[in-house]
Amino acid sequence: MGKYLARRLASILPTLFFVTVLIFGLQQLLPGDAAVVLAGEDQDPGVIAHLREKLHLDKPFPVRYAYWLGGVVQGDLGESLRIQKPVTELIVEKLPVTIQLAVMAMLIALVIGITAGVVSAVLKGTAWDYAANIFALWGLSTPNFWLGIMLILLFSVQLGWLPASGYVSPFEDLKANLAAMIMPAFVLGNAIAAVLMRHTRSAMLQVLNSDYVRTARAKGLHEHVVVLKHALRNALVPIITLGALEFGTLLSGAVLTEQVFSIPGFGKLIVDAVFNRDYAVVQGVVLFTATAYITLNLLADLAYFLVNPRMRG
Amino acid sequence: MKLRLAFCLLFLVSSVQAQTLRIGLAEDPDILDPSLARTFVGRIVFASLCDKLFDLDEKLAIVPQLATGYEWSADQKSLVIKLRSGVTFHDGEKFDAAAVKFNLERHKSMPGSNRRGELAVMSGVDVVDAQTVRLNLSAPFAPLLAVLTDRSGMMVSPKAAAAAGEKFGAAPVCSGPFRFVERVAQDRIVVERFANYWNKGAINFERIVYTPIVDATVRLANLRSGQFDFIERMAPSDVPGLKSDSRFKVARIVEIGYQGITINVGKSDQAQKNPLGKDPRVREAFELSLDRGAIVQVAMDGEAEVGNQWVAPTNRYYGKSAPIPKRDVARAKKLLAEAGVSNPSFTLMTPTTSDAQRIAQVVQAMAKEAGFDVKIQSTEFATSLNLADKGQFDAYMLAWSGRADPDGNLHTMLACKGPTNYAGYCKQDVEALITESRTSLDPAKRAQAYDRIAAQVSKDRPVIYLYHRNWLWAHNAKLTGLRTVPDGMVRVQGLKMN
Amino acid sequence: MLGLAFVVMFILMGLLAPWIAPHDPLATSWSAIRKAPSVAHLFGTDEIGRDVLSRVLWGARASLLAGVVSVCISLALGLPIGLLAGYLGGWTDGLISRATDAMLACPFLILAIALAAFLGPSLTNAMIAIGISATPIFIRLTRAAVLSVKVEDYVEAARAVGNPHLRIVLRHILPNILAPLIVQATLAIAAAVIAEASLSFLGLGQQPPAPSWGSMLNTAKNYIEQAPWMAIWPGASIFLLVLSFNLLGDGLRDALDPRHS
Repeated sequence: MGKYLARRLASILPTLFFVTVLIFGLQQLLPGDAAVVLAGEDQDPGVIAHLREKLHLDKPFPVRYAYWLGGVVQGDLGESLRIQKPVTELIVEKLPVTIQLAVMAMLIALVIGITAGVVSAVLKGTAWDYAANIFALWGLSTPNFWLGIMLILLFSVQLGWLPASGYVSPFEDLKANLAAMIMPAFVLGNAIAAVLMRHTRSAMLQVLNSDYVRTARAKGLHEHVVVLKHALRNALVPIITLGALEFGTLLSGAVLTEQVFSIPGFGKLIVDAVFNRDYAVVQGVVLFTATAYITLNLLADLAYFLVNPRMRG
Repeated sequence: MKLRLAFCLLFLVSSVQAQTLRIGLAEDPDILDPSLARTFVGRIVFASLCDKLFDLDEKLAIVPQLATGYEWSADQKSLVIKLRSGVTFHDGEKFDAAAVKFNLERHKSMPGSNRRGELAVMSGVDVVDAQTVRLNLSAPFAPLLAVLTDRSGMMVSPKAAAAAGEKFGAAPVCSGPFRFVERVAQDRIVVERFANYWNKGAINFERIVYTPIVDATVRLANLRSGQFDFIERMAPSDVPGLKSDSRFKVARIVEIGYQGITINVGKSDQAQKNPLGKDPRVREAFELSLDRGAIVQVAMDGEAEVGNQWVAPTNRYYGKSAPIPKRDVARAKKLLAEAGVSNPSFTLMTPTTSDAQRIAQVVQAMAKEAGFDVKIQSTEFATSLNLADKGQFDAYMLAWSGRADPDGNLHTMLACKGPTNYAGYCKQDVEALITESRTSLDPAKRAQAYDRIAAQVSKDRPVIYLYHRNWLWAHNAKLTGLRTVPDGMVRVQGLKMN
Repeated sequence: MLGLAFVVMFILMGLLAPWIAPHDPLATSWSAIRKAPSVAHLFGTDEIGRDVLSRVLWGARASLLAGVVSVCISLALGLPIGLLAGYLGGWTDGLISRATDAMLACPFLILAIALAAFLGPSLTNAMIAIGISATPIFIRLTRAAVLSVKVEDYVEAARAVGNPHLRIVLRHILPNILAPLIVQATLAIAAAVIAEASLSFLGLGQQPPAPSWGSMLNTAKNYIEQAPWMAIWPGASIFLLVLSFNLLGDGLRDALDPRHS
């Protein structure tokens, strides 16, 4: 156990190092001079020269990387040049929005995905099973942004039930907050529900055929007790692991969904920063979400390891 | 008693709500520091935060705001400005001549200041007395007053500016009708009524919340569902739908900026490698292949005014000797034959926004009828600026948000050393006329100079100007007192919710 | 095999577009701006008067091409690197695995957006960007497959008789790891089609006026109220094409991978 943990932890640092190189390198590859973009409409040469110096754009690549990494190690992710705000502050500002969206999407995905998975495994070969499978294929095959547009068209424009977009803080108005978040959360949850459904189904089928479930049945227990208490509980382990990974992906921001619904989370922050060449923001936020992803990955692995003794050998 | 209290509370709550004005912006503003700011949308927020020395009215005339009057010296190389008394900044500091001197010098000396270019001719500022300043110029400069109606004329508290240094934009302190409360990036900017505002009678809201929503359709949907009272820049295609809804009103003003196609005529040697940059006849043919009226109808749903100069035809400085040419495909074809290129091909660098792409595709289809093969190269904005700067383009679809003085729409693009002269246009006679137009204070003389510039530029075609958009504002029908000034700023003085 | 039938249908649609499309997909008509579906234009017309049906038919080309080519790029990069990591192990494997982890930790679409912006917007560059961004999945899959095959008796035997490494990899390992890769590739095409649509939706894909479902959606979202048909058809097409590849991938998995049923 200790050895596995140590090995797993040791692999994090080199991975993070690669992440920093990757995002920094990619940023610097982007064409278009950040100073020129930030100088705005007027393109004053004096302003451009000043910004170039401030951004260390006049220095060679390794020096700039060293400047940035030096700051990161000290917890300083730099400052958004566009709006003069420290990147850490931006992350703190956007984190609650992103987490709320991720949690809501995950809840929707878990409820729909696990229910559909259990139903289709228990009723294998029936119309219910087919319906659940078709639903999963639908979830996997709809482009998020298109589904978002269609939902807006239906619920906001045609029916007028929900606001088209925008974000309201839950502390200001919880009802408005939920109304604004439900559609984007559904769009995101829909796709994950499909993945979860498929895994739940196969895990359940495996468990339902196992010896101890047969024993439980032989003992004359009610079928729903067998399914829920014995089978589902065992099938849940891989599902939760998968859920943790999907949650990690959600944290890195739902790029297009946030764009369509104007939700001010990480995804919108990063994309806008890429287009505005606000280097510090792109680098800082991606580094943050990548770290979160790697950490969740680690936790999922550990959980799996703890629950699944076979892996310890 | 209890009931009365509850009633009072209820009244209080509803009246507080009514006193908040919620504005939907088309973009997230940049730094809120008048010296460093560089976006159009940022100026809309400044309109409630920071008063300026001068302002513009609906007819683009210059009117005093923090100033009360001005006088040019006989040699036109100094401008004396009388200042309003009894004005205080949001932090309680007094607004006086020393503050004006501080601000103008800050615009000129602050590292990264975007104001240095427009204040270049200003060599110094003298405090004459507490309410009078004198701006000394190295040469007469006609656009100066107009420049002072924009960010260069905005006055911030010297004390706060000195304390905050380059971080001032994170929490600006000015003397406008509203003071800064908070800003959440990409989400909202909140300002609240400033109790000691010198013109507080004109202010009828307690708070203003500015929220950026980039997508025009979504912005409008939020107005309709009641989340906004006012939105700027609605999509032209949405106007007919909103007209039938009596709860809302649409206001429109022709912008002071322009939309056009900048052609590389001498920015780099690429100009000579392309028929469009090389041969003026090919440019003429290209312009003749375009039907501006149809472009406006198709691509803008009619919400723009056609034009062929850097100012709209209704502007007093529009050059009458260069009227808008009519579409003439036959003549375009003839010109191409004369130039020896019957099927010229060039790339049109276009921003990735769907609006720009729509216009580019309409232009492409029209030019094709005259034999042009226009290749649309949609380019991310950041990249396009760099390519334009290096001259690595044939033609570039570019918009300019506009300045109150025509010089601001002309000098930086067409003067030989203009920072946004992407065309690489440089003609000595035009250069001399541009200098004349900006150094003369006599409107008649200026108009004459602009007329001659227009005549020449419309022959050389470094920029083919297409049209001037309408600023389209949509708002709650109960909102009154809206002033439609062509600079597209939302003036909050006089705004009222009935 | 419903999936296969659909995929073939879409391929035919793309190939035969010049003959079956009722109109020129680029022909504009100033008098038919955003007209609702009618007999002349079954799917309606778009913002500059082009026939939506014809554009949807021609758009199949961009989507299919993007899906297939970008996955080929992923495979071409991911397969050799994965083989290298899995077969050599040790230091090389560690390095490659960490780099793969790093790429997987960065959001896929952000990688693709940055790469597409770097290369410049065009369909070809979008395919390259998607291909590179999807590579780590194939590296990881190949590596895992190699690891499990490497210890099989026949590989040990081949090594024992002194076969050169390249021969072992090509003759003994590669054929035995292809099945899961083919399944993954089919599913990846589905993902790549969505990715291309997403990039085009952001203006970083297919160049106008050439039709692509993603860029059609990008324009359509501005007219969602006045002209919903502009959004419905390209969106439904993306959905159907992706669905077909997912079905095909499922079918292949059932056929090729006996452990999974």
